[in-house]
Amino acid sequence: MHQNFWQLAGGILACLLLATLIGRLIAWRHGDSPTVRNLNERIHAWWALIGVALPVLALGKALTIALFALLSFMTLREFLSLTPTRPGDRPVLFLAFFVSIPFQYALVAMGWYGLFAVLIPVYGFFLLSAVATLAQDAEHFLERSARIQWAVMVCVYGISHAPALLFLDLPGYPQDHAVLLLFFLLVVQLSDILQYVCGKLFGRRKVAPVLSPNKTWEGLLGGGGLASAAGAALYGFTPFTPWQAALLSAAVVGAGFFGGLVLSAVKRSLGVKDWGQSLPGHGGMLDRLDSVAFAAPIFFHLTRYGFAP
Amino acid sequence: MDAQLNLASRRLPARPYRVLRELLCSLVRLLVGAYPCGQPPASGQVVYFANHTSHLDTLTLLSALSLRARSRTRPVAALDYWGAKPWRRWVAENLLNVVLIDRCGGSGDPLAPVHEALAAGFSLILFPEGTRRDTELPGPFKSGLYHLARAHPRAQLTPVYLENLHRILPKGARLPLPLINKVWFGAPLAPAGDDKTAFLAHAHAAVCALSPGH
Repeated sequence: MHQNFWQLAGGILACLLLATLIGRLIAWRHGDSPTVRNLNERIHAWWALIGVALPVLALGKALTIALFALLSFMTLREFLSLTPTRPGDRPVLFLAFFVSIPFQYALVAMGWYGLFAVLIPVYGFFLLSAVATLAQDAEHFLERSARIQWAVMVCVYGISHAPALLFLDLPGYPQDHAVLLLFFLLVVQLSDILQYVCGKLFGRRKVAPVLSPNKTWEGLLGGGGLASAAGAALYGFTPFTPWQAALLSAAVVGAGFFGGLVLSAVKRSLGVKDWGQSLPGHGGMLDRLDSVAFAAPIFFHLTRYGFAP
Repeated sequence: MDAQLNLASRRLPARPYRVLRELLCSLVRLLVGAYPCGQPPASGQVVYFANHTSHLDTLTLLSALSLRARSRTRPVAALDYWGAKPWRRWVAENLLNVVLIDRCGGSGDPLAPVHEALAAGFSLILFPEGTRRDTELPGPFKSGLYHLARAHPRAQLTPVYLENLHRILPKGARLPLPLINKVWFGAPLAPAGDDKTAFLAHAHAAVCALSPGH
């Protein structure tokens, strides 16, 4: 595995260790409170997530594709478990789980950009609507079809564009593309984490109080700014110049922020607070990947249009 | 009659079958989650009673229990369905350690094997509706639960609500949809009094109260 990958991975682990120590220190100084407990739960969950992600990324493209397909499956399952569906939707749901995920990821693995970029938004859209008519159930037809399309777009299409980075042809970039994928994931999650931290420390004015009480302007600008700066500082791991890395990181931060906000609005409309319970402190897997789902296609396309022949 | 007695007092299945059962429960957890919510009784004899919507009900309830509880819990099922084909009977007897009851038979109390199993110290899984329903909330309960509660006052009657299974594998469907299923455990009921109708209504309300959104 390329040396750069282990440098970046080592840096991530060092920061996580530091965060763990700080979390323990805060718990020791400030005693037990829901916020402190949540903080330490989140850090613990990060150890598990990174403990799985780093080895899988290091072990090559096939395993990485498999991991992301599994993540798409888990997030799609969380999303569709919470949205009401009717018995007539069963064939559509089967297509969503067992056809869209394998096909999309197979196309990504083949690097067949022309098809995987349109499979779900075009062909999936038509096919899922057509199959939905077979049950001859008109009740809430538009809402049901729209919900399932939405779920597949966010959980399958969005997330699949992250491992798609591995198959890009980037002539000016001799490193293993796993480094670029790690860079992207790092910037997105750092943006989430730093927005959370800045929000807790300095947050005052809310961005969208109706949709998400935790997002504040101070959190967004502070955390987002820091994450963009981190992305710029890590330009050596990417095919970009420092300025390009900063702008791309800012784009990723912005897209990720809106991903989180949009999915908070969806959650609110469904009457739930979290997508699931699989990650203690964070909620479900989709709570962690909502920003990735929006940011991945943006980052993938900008990289492709700017740097691939 | 002899066959029924044998079924009721049979010992735990052999080890390879128990390993297979654990694998099956892991597969169920991978597919539908079967996340336990709330606390089932940690020890002692328990009679779990739940809403019934699909063939996966028993497996998801078993998967949500701890290994210790699962090893001494026996689901109750109908002989006319589960004994009908040889492979179903094999699965019921060996894999799931089911107590089969003869609903249609004329000879004696159909619940006799269940009483035997309770007397032997096993915990039970019971579906008081008697049949599968496609609705979110359970239908009216039959009286078997009441008779068992009166005969075995020390068993803890725990209401359970199985969420989403009517969407995962409804009646008539062949393949399960991989949606998330939660198993909601409630607090054990007070022992049954003299009034059968009131007790069954109380048990029904206990299960409905566990369903999210109620």
